[in-house]
Amino acid sequence: MLRITGGKVHDPANGIDGVVKDICIADGRIVAEGDGGDRGSGTGTMGGRTIDARGMVVFPGGVDVHTHVAGAALNFARGITPENYRKAIRFTHAPDRRAGLGGITPTTFATGYLYAAMGWTTVNEAAVPILSARHTHEEMHDIPILDKASLVLMANNEIVLDLLEAGEVERARQVVAWLVWAAKAYGVKAVNPGGLVAWKSGKNASTLSAPVEGYRRVTPALIIAALAAIVDDLRLPHPLHLHCNNLGVPGNVATTIETMKTLEGRRAHLAHLQFHAYGGDDWPTLRSEAAALAAHFNTQKNLTADAGAIVFGEAMTITADGPWEHVLSKLTGRKWSNVDVENETGCGIVPYTYKERSLVNAVQWAAGLELLLLIDDPWRIFLTTDHPNGGTFWRYPELIRLLRDADYRRERVKKLPARARERMVLADLDRQYTLSEIAVITSAGPARALGLSRKGHLGPGADADLALYDENPAGGVMFQSPRYVIKGGEVVVEDGEIRAVTEGREFISRPAFDEGVADYLRPLFEKVYTIAFDNYPVEIERLAQPDIHACP
Amino acid sequence: MPSLTLKERPPVPIEAESLSPDVVAPLSLDAVRALPVHLGKRQVRVDDFFTVEGPPGDTLEIRGDAGKVKWIGRGMTRGRVTITGDIGMHLGSGMKGGVIEVSGNASDWLGAEMSGGFIHVRGDVGGQVGAAFRGSVTGMTGGMIVIDGSAGLEVGMRMRRGLIAVGGQARDFAGLEMKGGTILLRGGAELRTGAWISRGTIISLKPIPLLPTFTYACAYNPTFLRLYARHLSALGVGLPFEEGDGSYLRYTGDSAVPGRGEILVWKPRAS
Repeated sequence: MLRITGGKVHDPANGIDGVVKDICIADGRIVAEGDGGDRGSGTGTMGGRTIDARGMVVFPGGVDVHTHVAGAALNFARGITPENYRKAIRFTHAPDRRAGLGGITPTTFATGYLYAAMGWTTVNEAAVPILSARHTHEEMHDIPILDKASLVLMANNEIVLDLLEAGEVERARQVVAWLVWAAKAYGVKAVNPGGLVAWKSGKNASTLSAPVEGYRRVTPALIIAALAAIVDDLRLPHPLHLHCNNLGVPGNVATTIETMKTLEGRRAHLAHLQFHAYGGDDWPTLRSEAAALAAHFNTQKNLTADAGAIVFGEAMTITADGPWEHVLSKLTGRKWSNVDVENETGCGIVPYTYKERSLVNAVQWAAGLELLLLIDDPWRIFLTTDHPNGGTFWRYPELIRLLRDADYRRERVKKLPARARERMVLADLDRQYTLSEIAVITSAGPARALGLSRKGHLGPGADADLALYDENPAGGVMFQSPRYVIKGGEVVVEDGEIRAVTEGREFISRPAFDEGVADYLRPLFEKVYTIAFDNYPVEIERLAQPDIHACP
Repeated sequence: MPSLTLKERPPVPIEAESLSPDVVAPLSLDAVRALPVHLGKRQVRVDDFFTVEGPPGDTLEIRGDAGKVKWIGRGMTRGRVTITGDIGMHLGSGMKGGVIEVSGNASDWLGAEMSGGFIHVRGDVGGQVGAAFRGSVTGMTGGMIVIDGSAGLEVGMRMRRGLIAVGGQARDFAGLEMKGGTILLRGGAELRTGAWISRGTIISLKPIPLLPTFTYACAYNPTFLRLYARHLSALGVGLPFEEGDGSYLRYTGDSAVPGRGEILVWKPRAS
């Protein structure tokens, strides 16, 4: 039993906005006052530890809706950048803590410590090929403290696309469901639909209505519409998680808006929207079209998005979007890796540095903040940097400061190149996020979009994941370092130090499908894949603490 | 000055990044004795392996068979390190200022990624002098390294600024992917000197095999070498520049990158 007393509670999902009230925790859950005494474990709200939270705000633990923290691609990125680890924060091993390195792409254990030390308790790994799902789950198992979910890549899976080409939508649905369960994933991700199939022939898919290379009927638009419908029909808790075509390309805002129209009112989550909010027709003419994009997005109540904001400094671009990474490697001259994932997807990796004096980077920086400020419903836009693509997750507090302080924002805008300042509206925006709005974009909103009913709020029955921040911290900037972080009812961080290392759960979905679909897949699979079909699905026994969503 | 004498050659390398003037200067001798160093994966005390004597100060003397002692003077910004005998890898890597002198040989990664200061080695050195560590974009960005003896592979790899002078021969890939600065090879070099160089100057006083991606430009006596020669002569490093003595053949490259670097090869006047 744990009681948190005297703190100002920000629990927007339950309409609580900075009210001083006690929070009671028993058996890893939040319980109503006086409840929990009859659970037989002697852990009622009477007795036990009390945390005096006077002078602090109490937030539900952060939920990252889109991040890259595990898997083959991330590991590849770690491997090619030893230089980043030399500069990284070090975690030396202790009796209850494993060693690790922070930096741009933190190692597994360090990822858990760094997220937790910031007040985040749940993360969604946003891009998992089925072929490397086993590896991804092994790594996620090694990320301590946090609860994890993962999304499986589907929009360039050739077996799925062949079914769409043949018009076999029902069977495509069965196959998608089988693949989600095979990967032990939580939801479905679409990256540059059709583009990675085309990339295998050295091309891309930049027009939504044009047939994908190698297909006659299948277009990016068809893939998007079909997958969004399938995800809805399968009753997956999280809608289609969509990385639109033409990421990072000047003028791509037209594609993004067209994508929204293609969805025709269906649910979808648009990932890292900042990278899809550009006007202009080439790099010298690049400008932020966040205002136009936000205006359109505000009318599309079926959609959620995450910001994919950038922070200046070192980053690591890792995406299934292989053709884009090739472009980026040519632009930067930095090291580049391209990974082909058989018939499922691709992957590219390029280290990147966002520079304040760069016209393009300055516009990107502004676009991310503009989207967060101009999308009027905080329940539909969430704080991310598309870690580590736009910057690392442990720099979220810097973005929160920018959102909460318009004057500070204008000071920062003044330092940007004059040419860049003409191509953004950021300095004209007066909006300042309230504390409760911060709680929405960092926790309540993403939890709701992910369909995680026990996350992102502090009502009875919720998982006891909380972060307590000083209201007036010594350094003057809130959210840099929580005073306490509680995960599953245990105090894991106290005064910025990791105090307890717990194991997190993995959320996975089990959509309904006809078991016979495996007989359909087996011959197709064995014709082209390099591994045996029986070794393809991840066994449920591989997951130490699965939390299965049955998709009723 | 604190004088540290290695009692015996350690069985595995000692990592002694705490042994730098910046760390030692404010400490009493007892505090220096208690500084942590790593023997393999185990943390030990300095006085487990060294005898520590002399008055405190920002000058550090290392004696003994220290060929397995690594990371001395890491990131140092001031003071002086005097090494009598041989020393191990990473000496003065990342150093920003101060002076390091070695009477014997030094190992790999000498002055790697240093940005200032001066290192003088009287013996031979290993590879990757003033280089970028694996994965880094940029090696040495300032300061000077003078080696009286020979050097190993990849001297000045990815260096951006500063000067490296090698008295003896350098092995393969001197100036690999160099972006600026100067490498003086008084004893010539083995293969592929200046591969992927994009900017910077490599001077060789002996004929060297050149990659086919270097193009002959001219024979001349550049004025800047007079300044270099005057500067280097104070350190006992000779650099010819008089027209009466000969001229430099200038080769530009590496056109495989493509780059705007240069290799100057001294051609004595036929007598």
